[in-house]
Amino acid sequence: MTDLLYSETEDDLRAAVRSLVAARGDTAALAARAEAGSPYDPRLWNSLAAEMGAAGLLVPEKLGGQGASHREAAVVLEELGRGVVAAPYLTSSVVATQALLSLDTETEAVAELLAELAEGRRTAVVAVPLSAAPDGPLPDGAGRITGVADAATADVLLVLRADGLYAVEAAQAVVEPLTPFDLTRPLAAVTAGEGGTRLADGAAGAAAVRRGLLAGAGLLASEQLGLAEWCLEETVRHTGERHQFNRPVGSFQALKHRMAQLWLEVVSARAAARAAADALATVSPEAALSVAVAQAYCSRVAVHAAEECVQLHGGIGMTWEHPAHLYLKRAKADEIALGTPGRHKEALATLVDLPAP
Amino acid sequence: MTDAAELLDLTRKLLAAHPPATTDRADFLKARFDAGLAWVHFPEGLGGLGAPRSLQAVVDAELTAAGAPDNDPRRIGIGLGMAAPTILKYGSQEVKERFLRPLWTGEEVWCQLFSEPGAGSDLAALGTRAVRDEDSGEWIVDGQKVWTSSAHVARWAILIARTDPDLPKHRGITYFVCDMTDPGVEVRPLRQITGEAEFNEVFLTGVRIPDAHRLGEVGEGWKVAQTTLNNERVAIGGMRLPREGGMIGPIARTWRERPDLRTHDLHQRLLTLWVEAEVSRLAGERLRQQLVVGQPGPEGSAMKLAFARLNQEISGLEVELRAEEGLLYDDWTMRRPELVDFTGRDAGYRYLRSKGNSIEGGTTEVLLNIVAERVLGLPAEPRNDKDVAWKDLAR
Ligand SMILES: Cc1cc2nc3c(=O)[nH]c(=O)nc-3n(C[C@H](O)[C@H](O)[C@H](O)COP(=O)(O)OP(=O)(O)OC[C@H]3O[C@@H](n4cnc5c(N)ncnc54)[C@H](O)[C@@H]3O)c2cc1C
Repeated sequence: MTDLLYSETEDDLRAAVRSLVAARGDTAALAARAEAGSPYDPRLWNSLAAEMGAAGLLVPEKLGGQGASHREAAVVLEELGRGVVAAPYLTSSVVATQALLSLDTETEAVAELLAELAEGRRTAVVAVPLSAAPDGPLPDGAGRITGVADAATADVLLVLRADGLYAVEAAQAVVEPLTPFDLTRPLAAVTAGEGGTRLADGAAGAAAVRRGLLAGAGLLASEQLGLAEWCLEETVRHTGERHQFNRPVGSFQALKHRMAQLWLEVVSARAAARAAADALATVSPEAALSVAVAQAYCSRVAVHAAEECVQLHGGIGMTWEHPAHLYLKRAKADEIALGTPGRHKEALATLVDLPAP
Repeated sequence: MTDAAELLDLTRKLLAAHPPATTDRADFLKARFDAGLAWVHFPEGLGGLGAPRSLQAVVDAELTAAGAPDNDPRRIGIGLGMAAPTILKYGSQEVKERFLRPLWTGEEVWCQLFSEPGAGSDLAALGTRAVRDEDSGEWIVDGQKVWTSSAHVARWAILIARTDPDLPKHRGITYFVCDMTDPGVEVRPLRQITGEAEFNEVFLTGVRIPDAHRLGEVGEGWKVAQTTLNNERVAIGGMRLPREGGMIGPIARTWRERPDLRTHDLHQRLLTLWVEAEVSRLAGERLRQQLVVGQPGPEGSAMKLAFARLNQEISGLEVELRAEEGLLYDDWTMRRPELVDFTGRDAGYRYLRSKGNSIEGGTTEVLLNIVAERVLGLPAEPRNDKDVAWKDLAR
């Protein structure tokens, strides 16, 4: 049976990540770094990925990781979503790592790279647009690929070409930074050229990339959950304190009902995100279905929560100074990332036999 | 403490002593209750063994596999979901022993005499009077209740009545068990939107209730009623369903069987609702898992809210999907059903009956208020009825 709760270990992990983010995740500093084009805080990444070992959660111990699972990685992503933390966790520690884990890990090049990623020493990204859905078309790595998330800071690019999946040193490729809608997840156009180390043939490589994207989409739901949760909590706090008409604005029923409705959505999103994480962790035959359900649902909840957050903060919500905009931008970009809700519903239509006309 | 192996052993002994194939249904259910396998977390002698709630699943699975009869939980929902937890918490030992067994076996059906014509969402404003007869110590009840589901088949009722009109409305209320066969109880069918009469008006005239059938202290009835109402919401929202187990099931089947009805617009809307139904099922499952490990969250209200909206949207979509057939209705005959069968009839019936889902057991608006104030801690709206005696309130 699907375990939808959090274990004690997961609660401990959450507490650790949350206090790290609280200590280092200053959103004003984040906005300033983002505007300057490099939103990452290398010290935060080092503490999270290397010291806490979060980068290696998906990787078995014998391959240099923590031997945990998608359930724990999902908890990390919830906290990163709560803090709109800018870090290559989803792209490197989940998508790229999962892709590599889906290859023959006896191969030296694969094992070596996995160990480096697990230790948080280096980061890698799969060279596909952030919008790529797990069952959608994949780009031909021979040309220029646009919209690759976290490519500008990655050490290694995993490039899928007709004849195989290659690991290309970023320094060997042309990486042009783009201006992202979501300031906290940088995008770049990548032209990888010819070289690199071949890790698998074309078919195995494509399958591995799809596995990576599926895990990414499933765990993105947890990032969206954490983001929505912050938006709701912050909105409840603000409207409970802000007075207009001689009352806290949060005492007006029109607002209370909107926040209660959001709460209901967040509660539901939690169940959906947990189901996806658990299905991925247990390699359930229902994983694709659970991921599609979670993505079709949680994307919308995160956007709704962020939009309500801006609206119910009034004028402050429209300012650069207040962090709400970082959340809205992340939520809207997350909606497109790894397949839109509509794409996931199309996938679902096939999986549950509800065919289009 | 009772563990899973022990429960499994007890269950097998029950099955051996009372083989389901050759045992009368009622006899089997009584034996199961007496063996403490009805609700294992209840105390010994009251249908349980004081075991962890999570172990009920072990018993249920074994009994289902053996083809044992169940107690038709849908028919006795009010008794199981609301009366039982309240009696367990507030009843005397005699009251528990008298009521819990026939309640669980289904021999006695229960109804809930709470709502009144002037007291629905504002339930604490109720005006049905209970006055103590000094000679006999009995309570004499006069008033009118309304929308009482199953009153026409109920043997007993949970009832709240006003015992002190001079106190503010939440304080002078007392909670009773009422005998529906008392000559002062008159039940009149109240026909509803679907054509049938599932609920009733109930007139109470000089109904005599022994003091032993009072639950909780005199004047503390509102507190007792909270136990009932909280359990009601969990009971309504917390049912365990397989995938496509709720209202989404019939429409999904219709979609698969009837390619002629499909349009792109309907497809999009169906998929959206399918996702929401599945997520809501998972959230209900999560609620159950929390209950089992003893961390009951406020998700009970959430599930009731989600269930109401989904039922309405899905059934509405199905009427539309059926196009010309949606213009027809199966049967308007006025009947007094023993239980509500949400999914047994046509889409049109489901559409109409589901309108009650956002009204019964607390309206959606009232539940959203509860979530906003008690779960999110948002400030209450200003009130003008808190310190006023009930008899001085505007009506
Ligand atoms: C099918 C069905 C079965 C039922 N079965 C039973 C039963 O077995 N026993 C029993 O005791 N009762 C039963 N009820 C009654 C039910 O509990 C009440 O109908 C319900 O609590 C609402 O009360 P009301 O009908 O008086 O509506 P009102 O309270 O008059 O509400 C009218 C409207 O005002 C809104 N409203 C009221 N107060 C507020 C507020 N503070 N803020 C915002 N909006 C508000 C409501 O949401 C509603 O939309 C049943 C009802 C139905 C529909």
